[in-house]
Amino acid sequence: MTTTAIPPEARHAPAAASKRRPKREREGAAWVFLSPWVLGAIVLTLLPMAVSLYLSFTDYDLFNPPKWVGLRNYVQMFTEDPRYWRSVVTTLTYVVIAVPLQLALALVVALALKGMKRGKGFYRSAFYAPSLLGASMSIALVWRAVFNDGGTVDNLLGTGGWVNRPGWALLAVALLTVWQFGAPMVIFLAGLQQIPAELYEAAAVDGAGKWRQFLSVTVPMLSPVLFFNLVLQTIQAFQVFTPAFAVSAGKGGPADSTLVYTMYLYDRGFVASHMGYASAMAWVLLLVIGIVTAVLFRTSRSWVFYASEGDR
Amino acid sequence: MTSTTVAHKPVRWGRVALHVGCLLALLVMLYPLAWLLATSLKPADEVIASLDLLPGHLEWSNYETALAGVNDVSIWRLLGNSLLIAGGAVLGNVISCSLAAYAFARLRFRFRGPLFAFMIATIMLPHHAVLIPQYIIFNQLGLVNTYWPLILPKFLATEAFFVFLIVQFMRGLPRELEEAARIDGCGPFRSFFQVVLPLTRPALITTAIFTFIWTWNDFFTQLIYLFDPDKFTLTLALRSFVDASSTSAFGPMFALSVIALLPIVLFFLAFQRFLVEGMASSGVKG
Repeated sequence: MTTTAIPPEARHAPAAASKRRPKREREGAAWVFLSPWVLGAIVLTLLPMAVSLYLSFTDYDLFNPPKWVGLRNYVQMFTEDPRYWRSVVTTLTYVVIAVPLQLALALVVALALKGMKRGKGFYRSAFYAPSLLGASMSIALVWRAVFNDGGTVDNLLGTGGWVNRPGWALLAVALLTVWQFGAPMVIFLAGLQQIPAELYEAAAVDGAGKWRQFLSVTVPMLSPVLFFNLVLQTIQAFQVFTPAFAVSAGKGGPADSTLVYTMYLYDRGFVASHMGYASAMAWVLLLVIGIVTAVLFRTSRSWVFYASEGDR
Repeated sequence: MTSTTVAHKPVRWGRVALHVGCLLALLVMLYPLAWLLATSLKPADEVIASLDLLPGHLEWSNYETALAGVNDVSIWRLLGNSLLIAGGAVLGNVISCSLAAYAFARLRFRFRGPLFAFMIATIMLPHHAVLIPQYIIFNQLGLVNTYWPLILPKFLATEAFFVFLIVQFMRGLPRELEEAARIDGCGPFRSFFQVVLPLTRPALITTAIFTFIWTWNDFFTQLIYLFDPDKFTLTLALRSFVDASSTSAFGPMFALSVIALLPIVLFFLAFQRFLVEGMASSGVKG
C-alpha cells in the first residue's frame, strides 16, 4: 500500500536501512504458514477429485488396474439401474422434507427466545444439545428403537413401527435431522439480535402490527442468515448417512425406502467393490450439489437483502 | 417470583405461555435422551413391553456386560482408540487451521483472493467426492486399517470450516498490536506465536471442542478405514449392534450407547458457551 509513496531509489535500499522487511521475505512467511493447507488442498482435495473423475470412466475393483470404459458407468447409472434412481428420489424426498421443517422450527424457536429476558441462555443451550448428540450412532440406535414395532411412537400413535414400513421409515430418518434444529436456531438467534431495535420502533410508529413488522423488518434483515442456513443445511442433507444406516440396519430397507444416495454409493464402492461406478456417483453428487448451490445463490439475489449494499 | 415488584406488575400471560411452550418442547426433545438412559438400566423383558420410562428394577448388569467389551475387545481399548483418533484430530486441526487462517487473515501473498475463495468452496465440497480416491491413495500407501487416514488429513487443514472460523475471529483482532510488535522487531512468526495466537484462544477452543465432538461422532470414515475389531472405536463397536434385533441385546447396547455419549455430554456441559457462541459467530459476522 505505502510502497507506492516511497521514491524508487528507497525501494531498492537494503531492508535494514529502511527498517522494513523486504516484501519477498514476508510473502515467503505467508507460504510457510499456508504450507499444510496447500499440501492438503493438492494431495487430499484436488488430486483426489481428478483421480475420481478419471476412475468414473473406468471399471475398478481396487485389486486389478482400472479398465477404461468411457461413459458406461454414467449410462448404466441413468438408464439401467433402478436402485440408483430409487436412491436419488429417496435423497431428494429426504432433503425436501427435512431441510424446510428443520429451518422452520429453528426460526420459530429463535423468534420465541429472542425477546426473552430470563432463561434464554438455558433454552438456547438445551435446544442446541441435540445438534451435537444427534449425529452419533448412539442416538441413531435410539431412534430405531423408538420408531420400531412396540417402540414409543407405535404405542403413542398406534401407527405400528415406522422403521418397518416403506414410506414411513424415511420420515423417521428425516425427523432425526429435524430434531437437530439447534445449530441453525443459534445462528438465527444471533442474526435476530443484530437487527437494530430502531427499525422495529420506526415500523411501529408507522402503524405496523407485529405480523407486518415480521414481514417488513425481520424477514429482510434476517434473509442473509436464512440464506446461509439454507445453503449449509441443504448441502449437509444431501450427504446424510449415519441415521439411514442405523435405522435400516445398514441395508437401506424396507424396500430401499431409506437407501439414501451416500448409502448406495457406499454399497457400490465399498461393499460391491465397484469403485468406478461409485466414483461416477460421487461426481454426479458433486455436480448436483454444485448446481443446487448455484441455483440458491442465483435466486437469493431476489430475496436476500444485504444491509451494507448501499455502502458499496 | 416473591419479590415485591411482582405485586405491582400484572402477570404477563404471554410470557408465561412462552415459557410453558418452551418447556413442553424441551420435554419432547429430551425424551430420546431420557429413553436412552432408562433403557440402559432396564432388564430385557421390560424394554419393549412397557411405556414407562422408569425401569421396574435397575439392571446394572447391562453396564457390566457393556464394560466387559464387544467382540472380545475390552471397552478400555475401544475408548482408548476413540480418544487417540479424536485427540489426534484436535491437535491436527488446531495447529494446521490456525496457521492457514493467520496467512489468510493477516498476511499478503500472491493469489490470496482466489485461494481464499477456493478454501471457502471446499467447505461446500461433498465429502464423498474426494473419499474414494483418498481411500485408494491410503490403500496404495498400505495405510488402510490404521489410524493415519483418520488423523493425517487434520494436520493438513482439510476442514476448511475451521480455517474460516479462525479467519473470522482473527480479522476482529486489532491490527495495532501486530504493528506495535513489528516495530519492536517481531517477524511474522513471532507476532503469530506471541501476539496473535494467545488472543485467538477462544476460536481455538471452539475448534478443538467441535473437532473432538465431530470426530467422536464420525461413523462413515471410521467404517471404511478400520476393519480389525481391536482397532475399533466406540462408534464402530456400536455398529455391531446395528444388525441385532433381539431384545436381549438391547440393555447392553444402550448401556454402551450411554458410555459412548458420555464424553460429548461432558464436553457440552463444560463448554456450552463456547459451542453455542462458536456456532453463532460462524454464520453471522461478515
